[in-house]
Amino acid sequence: MTFKGFMIPLTNYLVLSLALFCIGLFGALARRNAIAILMGIELMLNAVNINLVAFWRYVKPAQPAFDLTGQIFALFVITLAAAEAAIGLALIIAIYRSRDTVNVEDVNLMKG
Amino acid sequence: MFNFAFLVVVFPITAFTLIVLFLNRSHRASAWTAIAGIFGALIVAYGILLEALPQGHELAKHPFFAKFNWFPAGQSFFTMGWMLDPLAVVMLAMVTTTCLMIFIYSVGYMRHRHADEHGHMHESDDPRYSRFFAYISLFATGMLGLVISSNLLELFVFWEIMGLCSYLLIGFWSIRLPTEHHIDDAQVGRAKNAALKAFLTTRIGDVIFFIGMLWLYIRVGTLDFDKIFTPAALKLITTDITAFGVPSAAIIALLILGGTIGKSAQFPLHVWLPDAMEGPTPVSALIHAATMVAAGVFLIARMFPLFETPAAAPAMAAVALVGAFTALFAATIGLAQDDIKRVLAYSTISQLGYMVAALGIAAFAAGTFHLITHAFFKALLFLSAGSVIHGIGTNDMMKMGGLRKKMGITTLAFIVGAFALMGLPPFAGFWSKDEILADAFAHGLKGEIIPLVVYIMLIGAAFFTALYTGRQIFLTFFGAPRDQPAHDHAHESPAVMWVPLAILALFATFIGFVGAPFFGSPFQVFVAEEKPVFNFIAAGISVGVAVAGLGLAWLLYGLRPLKAGQRDPLSRMLGPLWTLLRNKYFVDEIYGATVIRFTILFAALNAAIDKWIVDGTVNLVGKFSALFGRFNRWIDENFVDGFVNQVGLFTDEFSGGLRALQTGRVQNYLLIAITGAALFAFLFLIR
Repeated sequence: MTFKGFMIPLTNYLVLSLALFCIGLFGALARRNAIAILMGIELMLNAVNINLVAFWRYVKPAQPAFDLTGQIFALFVITLAAAEAAIGLALIIAIYRSRDTVNVEDVNLMKG
Repeated sequence: MFNFAFLVVVFPITAFTLIVLFLNRSHRASAWTAIAGIFGALIVAYGILLEALPQGHELAKHPFFAKFNWFPAGQSFFTMGWMLDPLAVVMLAMVTTTCLMIFIYSVGYMRHRHADEHGHMHESDDPRYSRFFAYISLFATGMLGLVISSNLLELFVFWEIMGLCSYLLIGFWSIRLPTEHHIDDAQVGRAKNAALKAFLTTRIGDVIFFIGMLWLYIRVGTLDFDKIFTPAALKLITTDITAFGVPSAAIIALLILGGTIGKSAQFPLHVWLPDAMEGPTPVSALIHAATMVAAGVFLIARMFPLFETPAAAPAMAAVALVGAFTALFAATIGLAQDDIKRVLAYSTISQLGYMVAALGIAAFAAGTFHLITHAFFKALLFLSAGSVIHGIGTNDMMKMGGLRKKMGITTLAFIVGAFALMGLPPFAGFWSKDEILADAFAHGLKGEIIPLVVYIMLIGAAFFTALYTGRQIFLTFFGAPRDQPAHDHAHESPAVMWVPLAILALFATFIGFVGAPFFGSPFQVFVAEEKPVFNFIAAGISVGVAVAGLGLAWLLYGLRPLKAGQRDPLSRMLGPLWTLLRNKYFVDEIYGATVIRFTILFAALNAAIDKWIVDGTVNLVGKFSALFGRFNRWIDENFVDGFVNQVGLFTDEFSGGLRALQTGRVQNYLLIAITGAALFAFLFLIR
């Protein structure tokens, strides 16, 4: 995004990322459908990714050509998100099969 | 054969074991096993006798020894083994012969005839038939083992085995089954008491004997017969003067005499033997007349080298006087007894007194000879008496009379035994008794005091012996029946009983000839290398006294037979003396008033001490412990348990609060985690 003499300031990215994270957090906390919660978690992870890449771009690296830390971190998070989604969906399917619901309010076996 | 002498012990003990373990259900098998055991021993014993006879007196100088180590004691070993000298050899032959006869006799005797409620006669075995044969086999083991023992400790072991058998057999009828009719409850009680009395009375003698044995062991350091009679060992105990002022040899000999007094029922421990007649008659014959009681005499004979030493002269005098006094004392009691077996019991005590007295005046050969002949004729007398009892069903001579018409063989056998006992020639008792009297007479003539006293007492005893034996014969077999129902019930015993009687009668008649001076006295030569000279004066006096006694008996009981309920003519003659004799000089009563009362008082004292002091202490300790325990319990409940319970209660309440946090909803946890993270972030930022 390097247009000559014009750069979108870092704050914009951070505000976007914050909004995205809060939407994701609200989804994860407030939704009753397990799939929706999973989707909220995905949103939070992606908010993090935006943060990582944005900071990589704006906090001046010594040698940008070789220092890809932020990018690689984002890639790791994406991989992790994929794995998490796979395991989470598998769990949800298992719960659905055994209890015939995906409503997390009904899944409180561990209540003390 | 000498090497296999131990078999005389092995056979009967095997029979005992077999009967006890396997054969006790079968009466016949038990009886025949016992008889086979003793027969095996008899074969061995006669084999030994045949081998020993040609060696003659050499065997006495060099006895045969076989022994092995038994258990260690300090540097030395106690040994076990067997010793064969002429005394042991003749004893073996005598014991096995009488045992075999009595075992066979018992086969018949232990079958009882009794009438049922309709008056029909039935025969049945004693319910303890097998046990009886087991006991007498064990007894034979004890006696044969004692005879061949090669040391004093081993001898003591067998001595005690016999004591045990004696106890068991005296008390043989101390339990009555409801189905039994031949014994009554009074008899059961008497049997119990008699067994206890015999065991405890002989125990006194045994303890004294044991102390003597310990004393000997301390002085000499061994109990083997081949070692204690060496000159060196004898010198050890004859030369040291003890605190009592006499050499220890005298003390040891006196203590050993204590054992003899107990086992051979000498005065003052004679009281158990008459009561021992509560046992079955074959037992009285075997144990309490022929063999076991002779063990005491055998003990002195075995320890004779010790008694013979000049240092032991006081002990010898005691032996002689105890024996002579007992002989006279028991003979007089025998005059006034009505129980046919009790008369014989007192006669046994008296005859044992003869043997002890003979040994006491150093007439070794005469004493042992009388031991052998007495065994045969006393066994014969007892078995004949048993046959009478078996036939008529009572012991009381006052209920007998005229039995010669019903029991011919028994009568004949009894009379042979009685003549032998009285010492009428040519029966066995004459030769042996006469030799004792002749020895005492000869020494007495030389002016020695003790043999003279012994002679006078023994002559008196011989007179009374003839008198009571004559009384027994006339009361039992002659005259008219005094109890007609019992007389009608009487019958001659079966062959299994009278054949042993006949064999023993032969022995009682002829065994005396082995020691008769007219035949060169082979017995005395074999046993002691003595050749007694026949003293016609002494023999004349003793026969005269015996005939006088028998004649008096005939005058009193034979000429005018006693009628039923009539007073005993002797009691008219003797007056208050009769009461004294009839009550056995009140010895039992004196013991009851002194020794037994003292023992009971002492026991009561001990019981009181036990109750108040020992139990009191224990109870006090117990009470204190209980109190202390209650205190501990209070501490435990209030402090220890209290603390634990408080911890538990606290945990319970606290966890109750925490439970509310765990809702089971993932979103709640997430909310808390996020809130926490936000809080920490906030704190981080405002810092």
